[in-house]
Amino acid sequence: MFLAAAPLSELLSFGDKGYLDELMWGAFATLQISFLGYAFGCLLGLFGAIGKLSGSSFTKNILGGYTTLFRAIPELVLIMLIYYAGTNGLNQLLMSLGFEPIQINQLLAAVFVLGFVQGAYSTEVLRAAILAVPIGQVEAAKAYGMSSYQQFRRVVLPAMLPYAIPGLANLWLNITKDSALIAVIGSSELANVTRIAAGGSKLYLVFYLLAALIYLVISMVSDQFFAWLERRVRRGQPKLA
Amino acid sequence: MNWEWLPHYIPLLIHGLYLTLVLLVSSVVIGGILAVPIGLVQVTGPWYLKLPAKAFCSFIRGTPLLIQLWLIYYGIGSLFPGIPGIRTSFLWPILREGFYYAVLAFSLSFAGYEGEVMRGAFLGVPRGELEAARAIGMSPWKVLMRVWLPRAVRLVLPTLAGEIVGQLKSTPLAFTVTVMDLMGARAKISSDTYIMYEPLIFIAIIYMILTFFITRAFNYLERLVPQRR
Repeated sequence: MFLAAAPLSELLSFGDKGYLDELMWGAFATLQISFLGYAFGCLLGLFGAIGKLSGSSFTKNILGGYTTLFRAIPELVLIMLIYYAGTNGLNQLLMSLGFEPIQINQLLAAVFVLGFVQGAYSTEVLRAAILAVPIGQVEAAKAYGMSSYQQFRRVVLPAMLPYAIPGLANLWLNITKDSALIAVIGSSELANVTRIAAGGSKLYLVFYLLAALIYLVISMVSDQFFAWLERRVRRGQPKLA
Repeated sequence: MNWEWLPHYIPLLIHGLYLTLVLLVSSVVIGGILAVPIGLVQVTGPWYLKLPAKAFCSFIRGTPLLIQLWLIYYGIGSLFPGIPGIRTSFLWPILREGFYYAVLAFSLSFAGYEGEVMRGAFLGVPRGELEAARAIGMSPWKVLMRVWLPRAVRLVLPTLAGEIVGQLKSTPLAFTVTVMDLMGARAKISSDTYIMYEPLIFIAIIYMILTFFITRAFNYLERLVPQRR
């Protein structure tokens, strides 16, 4: 039934013949891409949210277009568009400036692409969270004479986190799963490594189940972490129900 | 920008749009129907139904759809050729086609996400209404069909548009298992003509238009259903 290239115990081992070490590195790459992309996305989202709330009408229109477009187009299409357009555009820019075209680092490209998609979602999450902060608290901070940075750092940021964490937790879970889409443009993260391992060993069922299990563990550990984080940012708030 | 390829590939793109819509509608319908029992048993079922339903939802929600799709297409699909005589049976044309694996994978995925949503909706129906229905002497089945389910569906209606748009945005994954949906048509155009961006931009616009219509249709639908707040 199985036309396996080698015994299962050998394929599921570390070292030259086994694929387990490759899978582990793939999982590591997935976490790395997800984490960096997430950080980049949150940063974009923070500036996006502030821009949407207090920017000029020009900024607001641009950001509105960004969040609408990026949330209406499938992630896979966006990833391919940004990846090809981004790498190509950069090389054309370099060539027009008289430099040699460069091979763009796969990891950086993936981080950039995922972060850009993620930024559209986190803009909306953070915008809603900032709006949920009672305005009286911000006014009180102003009345104390805090600068706008101080208002943000000392009042708005800690007060909005309880509203933002559930949305941000969802976004983290999404980016760990969306990072699998990077496999379509080829990279060394978990989904692509699994495809190679499954194709090489012909043990499709075993390797895809194994990969699913690794993603599941990542999700479950993240769930626990965000539950803890939410309890922490909610400390001092009255308990609901 | 080079759009010379477009007139030649219009039929392919229309067929691709058709397949995308079939993938979307069939997975939403099948997944939506599966979601009802999956949600329900998590609220009232015995442990031997509750546990598998919970595990199913966690698995679907905790793993990438791409892996689920490949698990079903390559993983389960790789088992079939081992069954003797299957290549000559009437099932083989179906088992060979990536499309049916995509429908299965997308339906299960939608069922997993919506099952969790339905669980919340079943819990959200006020207890008093169920007790009133029981007090009138309705059988458990009647309580479900006349009170619990309609009220729960009304509760999820506002979130459904978002979920269906999300499902639409997952359908392009089908092109990785040889389905010629919009994304698959784009891949064919790109490999025929070596034009990369224009087909991508073109289908991105189609997906946006579809998203717009889904959102509009659900706004309309929601206004049709009376609701006292």
